[in-house]
Amino acid sequence: MPLLTTKGLSRHFGGLRAVDGVDFALMPGEIRAIIGPNGAGKTTFVSLLSGRIRPSSGMIVFDGADITTMPAYQRVRLGVAYTFQITSVFANLTAFDNVALPVQRTLTDGRSKGAVRTGVMAALERTGLADRVGTLAGQLSYGHQRLLEVAMGLALKPRLLILDEPTQGLADSEIDNFIALVREIAKDATVLLIEHNMPVVMQLADRITVFNSGKILAEGTPEQIRANTQVQDAYLGATHG
Amino acid sequence: MRDASPAKIYALHIGVIALLFALNFVLPDYHQGLFARIMALAVFAMGYNLLFGYVGMLSLGHAMFFSAGLYGAGLTVYHLGWGVPEAFVAGVACGAVLALVIGLLALRTSGVAFMIVTMMFAQVFYLLVLYFAAWTGGDQGLVIQQASRVITIGGASLDLTNPTVRYMSALTLFSVVLIATLAIARSRFGRVLVAIRENEERTKMLGYDTVANKLAAVVISGAICAASGAAYALLFGYVGSSFASVQYSILPLLWVLLGGAATTLGPLIGTLFMYYVTDIASSFTSAYLLIVGIALILLVLFAPKGILGSIRQRWLGWLP
Ligand SMILES: Nc1ncnc2c1ncn2[C@@H]1O[C@H](COP(=O)(O)OP(=O)(O)OP(=O)(O)O)[C@@H](O)[C@H]1O
Ligand SMILES: [Mg+2]
Repeated sequence: MPLLTTKGLSRHFGGLRAVDGVDFALMPGEIRAIIGPNGAGKTTFVSLLSGRIRPSSGMIVFDGADITTMPAYQRVRLGVAYTFQITSVFANLTAFDNVALPVQRTLTDGRSKGAVRTGVMAALERTGLADRVGTLAGQLSYGHQRLLEVAMGLALKPRLLILDEPTQGLADSEIDNFIALVREIAKDATVLLIEHNMPVVMQLADRITVFNSGKILAEGTPEQIRANTQVQDAYLGATHG
Repeated sequence: MRDASPAKIYALHIGVIALLFALNFVLPDYHQGLFARIMALAVFAMGYNLLFGYVGMLSLGHAMFFSAGLYGAGLTVYHLGWGVPEAFVAGVACGAVLALVIGLLALRTSGVAFMIVTMMFAQVFYLLVLYFAAWTGGDQGLVIQQASRVITIGGASLDLTNPTVRYMSALTLFSVVLIATLAIARSRFGRVLVAIRENEERTKMLGYDTVANKLAAVVISGAICAASGAAYALLFGYVGSSFASVQYSILPLLWVLLGGAATTLGPLIGTLFMYYVTDIASSFTSAYLLIVGIALILLVLFAPKGILGSIRQRWLGWLP
């Protein structure tokens, strides 16, 4: 049974159909990449999943339960975590406090046990930020802020982790670490990843969903997507000359 | 709050309380009375700071919570002949219930709308006080007689009109609220409140019901401000409608801004500073409000984070 499905999911902004009747299914444990040109509706689509914005129509089912109208904070408690495309760590708080917020959430829910500090250090160590624990998030380098964003998502103990362009602005060396990190996360969570960096997508994704103009244009394994001429025209065209 | 050892922080706060305790024995009569008043009103400022400083919600109606405590305690003593402890509890309860109702209604708004809505509710409260002048004494107010302001426990009796008893009562309330706000600021709940101030949308996406947390903050803030009002009525023996006027909604904002928003000791420093600037200026000139205004402008220009906020920023990053 899929972990997450959507049926006819749509979101209009005025006349613009940012997401237009999307039927989508995600199996537990997979790493799924979403790709597509700028403005294809990828961020809008995952924002609907996370509850950050409301759909105009359609339905979202998570783990067998209809969550279409559920407030975002309750979805997070069910295990849907979202990391923002535009870095939105708490700039005036330390790295510690940024991660302590999601950690204490799971402690309050009884989804994890122990002290806040233990949970925070575990998440910071996994993302390689342990030596920045006392630094204000706003003073971290951009790449480190992206990683902090991931650490916050991890600390929520998600069943579905949605990452919106996590490698944007990362240096090549950081990207390699990041790929290893996502592989590790995927051992106990399902990962939905929006990503423009094709090498990252090809290395990580079990399956790829291609968005265009608010609709799913194609879906398949990395090999199938690479061979798909429609996708080449709409999106990969530039890289194939 | 960076690399602060809890021992250091608690030592600082207990040191401040000990200093205030010692001052009782050295201050001249006039200043002893002024300090008792300042400590009682600093509680009002601390309650305001919880919402304004930590959650970042600017209310222009906190006079209604202060006066809910003031009248809740004052009227039960005056009309029903209640004892001091019962009246104090009644005052705090009035403030908490009022804050719950106002919170449920006003939290549909935020920012400027929240300021206006709280101000409107406070204005309604003020007009009700005047309307029911038969009970409240209206703008004349009511004087609570000395005989009603004595606490008798077993054989012993505490006369709140005695300067030292009054000072120590104000100090007790101040200390309890100071340590309580420190504990809240350092708690998980406090961390969520600050997160809401910094970025409410993001806080929701970490699984927090931000509206419920804000409501809890409004109720705690209202209850603390009501405790201040109740203490004021019982310690100084007067309740009057001026305490419900808009001036008393602005004052705690000024005290907190002066002392330093989102600092635990800022409210005391701000209240103390304002009171003494006003006191000193008014002994020189009848245009003392002008001097107070100039002092305020200078502070906002040169220390926009308030006295303690600026000290924290420059030197003492560990201050809570
Ligand atoms: N809040 C909004 N109001 C109005 N239009 C919006 C809003 N959010 C997104 N849009 C529009 O919806 C379309 C899809 O935007 P979306 O951000 O989902 O694209 P995307 O696939 O994530 O693009 P990118 O790769 O640039 O991040 C765009 O045309 C965008 O301008
Ligand atoms: Mg996007």
